[in-house]
Amino acid sequence: MHPIVKLVAQRLALGALLLLAASALIFGLTEALPGDAAQAILGQAATTESLANLREEMGLDRPALTRYFEWLGGIMTGDMGLALTNKLDIATSIQSRMANTLFLAFWAALISVPLAILLGLIAVRYQNRWPDKMISGVTLASISLPEFMIAYILIFFFAVKLFWAPSFANISPSMDLLDKLHAIALPVAVLVMVVLAHMMRMTRAAILNVMQSAYIETAELKGLSGFQVIARHAFPNAIAPIVNVVMINMAYLVVGVVVVEVVFAYPGMGQYLVDAVVKRDVPVVLACGVIFAAVYILLNIFADVVSILTNPRLRHPK
Amino acid sequence: MMKNIPLSAMIGLVITATYFIAAALAPIITPYGMAEVVGDVWEPSSAQHLLGTDQIGRDLLSRMIYGGRTTIWIATLATILSFVTGASLGFFAAVTGGWIDMALSRLVDLFMSIPSLILALVILSSIEATVVTLIVLMGLLDSTRVYRLARAVAVDISVMDYVEAARLRGEKLKWIIFREILPNALSPLVAELGLRFIFMVLFISTLSFLGVGVQPPLADWGGIVKENKEGINFGIGAALYPAVAIATLAISVNLVADWVLNRTTSLKGGRG
Amino acid sequence: MSDTLLKVRGLKIGATVYPPGEKPHDIDIVHGVDFDLERGKVLGLIGESGAGKSTIGLASMAYGRGGVKITGGEVWVNGRDVMKSGLKDIRKLRGAEVTYVSQSAAASFNPAKKIMDQVVEAAVEQKKFSRKDAEQRARTLFAKLGLPDPDNIGERYPHQVSGGQLQRCMTALALCPEPDLVVFDEPTTALDVTTQIDVLMAIKEAIADTGVGALYITHDLAVVAQVSDDIMVLRMGNTVEYGNTDQIINNPQEEYTQALVSVRSIEHEEKPPTPEPVLTVRNITARYKGTNFDVLHNVNVELHPGQTLAVVGESGSGKSTLARVITGLLPPRDGQIDFAGRTLSGDLAGRSLEDLRELQMIYQMADTAMNPRQTVGTIIGRPLEFYFGLRGDEKRKRLIELLDEIELGEKFMDRYPAELSGGQKQRVCIARSLAAKPKMIICDEVTSALDPLVADGILKLLLDLQKIENVAYLFITHDLATVRAISDSIAVMYQGRVARYGSKSEVLSPPFDDYTDLLLSSVPEMRLGWLEEVVANRKMESAGN
Repeated sequence: MHPIVKLVAQRLALGALLLLAASALIFGLTEALPGDAAQAILGQAATTESLANLREEMGLDRPALTRYFEWLGGIMTGDMGLALTNKLDIATSIQSRMANTLFLAFWAALISVPLAILLGLIAVRYQNRWPDKMISGVTLASISLPEFMIAYILIFFFAVKLFWAPSFANISPSMDLLDKLHAIALPVAVLVMVVLAHMMRMTRAAILNVMQSAYIETAELKGLSGFQVIARHAFPNAIAPIVNVVMINMAYLVVGVVVVEVVFAYPGMGQYLVDAVVKRDVPVVLACGVIFAAVYILLNIFADVVSILTNPRLRHPK
Repeated sequence: MMKNIPLSAMIGLVITATYFIAAALAPIITPYGMAEVVGDVWEPSSAQHLLGTDQIGRDLLSRMIYGGRTTIWIATLATILSFVTGASLGFFAAVTGGWIDMALSRLVDLFMSIPSLILALVILSSIEATVVTLIVLMGLLDSTRVYRLARAVAVDISVMDYVEAARLRGEKLKWIIFREILPNALSPLVAELGLRFIFMVLFISTLSFLGVGVQPPLADWGGIVKENKEGINFGIGAALYPAVAIATLAISVNLVADWVLNRTTSLKGGRG
Repeated sequence: MSDTLLKVRGLKIGATVYPPGEKPHDIDIVHGVDFDLERGKVLGLIGESGAGKSTIGLASMAYGRGGVKITGGEVWVNGRDVMKSGLKDIRKLRGAEVTYVSQSAAASFNPAKKIMDQVVEAAVEQKKFSRKDAEQRARTLFAKLGLPDPDNIGERYPHQVSGGQLQRCMTALALCPEPDLVVFDEPTTALDVTTQIDVLMAIKEAIADTGVGALYITHDLAVVAQVSDDIMVLRMGNTVEYGNTDQIINNPQEEYTQALVSVRSIEHEEKPPTPEPVLTVRNITARYKGTNFDVLHNVNVELHPGQTLAVVGESGSGKSTLARVITGLLPPRDGQIDFAGRTLSGDLAGRSLEDLRELQMIYQMADTAMNPRQTVGTIIGRPLEFYFGLRGDEKRKRLIELLDEIELGEKFMDRYPAELSGGQKQRVCIARSLAAKPKMIICDEVTSALDPLVADGILKLLLDLQKIENVAYLFITHDLATVRAISDSIAVMYQGRVARYGSKSEVLSPPFDDYTDLLLSSVPEMRLGWLEEVVANRKMESAGN
């Protein structure tokens, strides 16, 4: 077997193990802490007896390990149980919300990734001159503000003062694409701003790291033009670090989505999760939490696999 | 020493100090009480109410100062907890090595494989959010980051020849950790301290904004945004004041952290 | 066209530096240098670190690393002043008329591309050859440079060939576009001596065959003497002496050049063995944790009080591993170490304080061997309080004694390592080990990171201190000149075994075993014609076999 196949397989197996461990951690955290679903339903004032009855009814009296595997099996087969608060099927609720969240994240990624890489390249091209300095200034500002602050600043100016876009991002399946895009314009703008600065700065660092290699000097001393040096010698070696940067930032996006959906009352997974936390609807929290964690972990695995696949030392072993 | 501080760091230091002093002296310097209703809903700024009033007529400046007190307190204590736990475990793992290092590091990997906001939300769905639980929760979740840094720095240093020389001399573990490793690990850790503090401010503000952090009637910056967000739609900027406060505090701390990092790397061969 | 290929007049080079915490400012690196290079000739640029030799080499391609820029003077290549050329013309010059061979081929090859693609790139891009012809030329060069399987080696990736081979590929890369001038920047410095001689010969022959002119940059005068027609000695950005190779080597005019020529010519008379060795290493076999092969096989050596045993070998010979075993950092799998009349525990934890005190170590990189947060006084003072409980005035008195012994003096007491030069740092490390009043010191490549003249000073100091303190040295080195200068007995190591062992005179006199012969004959000697002689001898021998 080619060693690279082995490495990728190893990484994937490790990823699967991590996914399993993460699901156990999430389940275990809600389990180990005081209070459970029965308590949540009946409130603090419930008698011990009524609690015990409800626990038996809900199957909460069985060993945690049994319930973990049942829950895990459910998640895998798309059966996530019923929400405590409204008794609706969680899987059905998540389906439409997930589509909405992916729609939002997709447009945010589509705009931010090329933009960040382009701006990162510009920062490298004009290293230590004003475009570069401006970029690092914007980065400092953007890491100094939480997502919801950026959101309200945008709402204040663009929705309330200028009426360019709505401050509530309501979308429904009946809307056509343009209407939907208009509705999500501000949340997408916020998400782009949240990840853009980070992604630019990290892209800049990744490219600079490659550009400082001795083989770039070799290429320059061959009389190649700036473009040839970058396209032929820098780019092949910059793919892996840039993919890594993009994936890390897509993972940030996962977190950003939660907050941004709440601000814009967007009917997605993030809002669903936060609602459930406030209402102490543990089954919904578990389902959403494990999905967010899985997306985050999968993105990281993907980044690792790409960097294995683009490593010439691994692709062409001795 | 003071004359060597660059202007940017000086500004950062002054603003940071102002925030901390305001937080400490909140009851003395605020014109009104934290929960005292003193005017109409969303009054504009005036001589009585420099920042106007909030959604139920409380003085916004007083709320901002008290809110800053809560936010800064929680963030500071959580940062301290995070550092004490993370750094001591990180150093311990690096110096002992073996299975303890292995087990701790894998556990940290697991915690870091899930975004801390998601983990915090999962946990807050099961426990009551009080100031103490928030501090413990944020401090412990964040200690994984500090652990990684502290361990990496300590491993880097412990393979240096001067540490080996100390071992060959017959020095005890105490001397090696406190005299050889710690003085050299301090500078990256101190710079990280600033970044972690900012992260804590953002974290607690986000949780409060989402309604699962600091609970009313206690004021904090995230909560003030949540309370006043409806005003935005009427063109009332009350919810934006915390943005300014958080941003200025974060940038100031950043400027100080940058300076600390630069100053220590300029000690040529700082960490070799 | 005149015969002058490269004409440099009043070349000044500066750089902007950005020291953290200080304002950026300009510094001068080269302060006005003149030289001429005729077509087909080789000029050696020699100097210690900071002499500006690489900077001058790159200036001939109108190239400056980092913030380095040419601030004045003229650089004429093929009759054109490159200082007055536009970027377009400079690009036509680079890779076509002037090419470059760097010290580290491993870093200078793009890891993501095949060797052949990189070797022919300049020739094709500059329209000197068609791709097909360029590849043919590359294969011819590979063969000429003695690379194995010259027809196919270009299909490999850089990490798939050895360091010495890659260095030769780099030379092929530079020669492929048929340039008029090649800049060789320390092309053999990173190689072991036995590899260096092959690469050196390959370069020399390739220069002769292609008739190319060359700038040969190195810190090693013995190396440059083998390949160059003229030599320019540089020091801190100034020309010290400039003349033909014969004159520079055999009749140097300047004091600095004379010092460089006579470097490592310390005479040290071998002492006879004593009845009672201070260190006896018996049948040591060792391997690193988590590996499944031995890096030391059955090693036996002895060291006598007040004497020096040089352990010499190339990278991977196991010489540093031997030091780790003796210090107790790597417990051996088998064998025994006797020290000062007692048997040492294999493990560091099992050794007494007395064992630790009497057996000290000095490291190759003085930079990393000292805690940057401690002053010289603390660094040297710690063993005094740790082993002897000295405090206050007593400690201070002894500290001053030690600082005087290493020729630094009391004023260095409160300085930090960052404030010291490379040689001073190593002196402080020596003082730290002497402070323990050891019976024996392990010196692990202690001079190899230093410039030759500074290294000489350290060796002289070590020899003087040996007389005063009667301390024994286990001196680990790859440099045979150092071995000659300092040792009483020698162990030659090869692939984890002691290949040859005995007193200095025995080991360095024939008859030799094959490896020692190869090693000894590969060390460049400071005389003209040495390289040809060695290569001719080797050819004769292999013909004879």
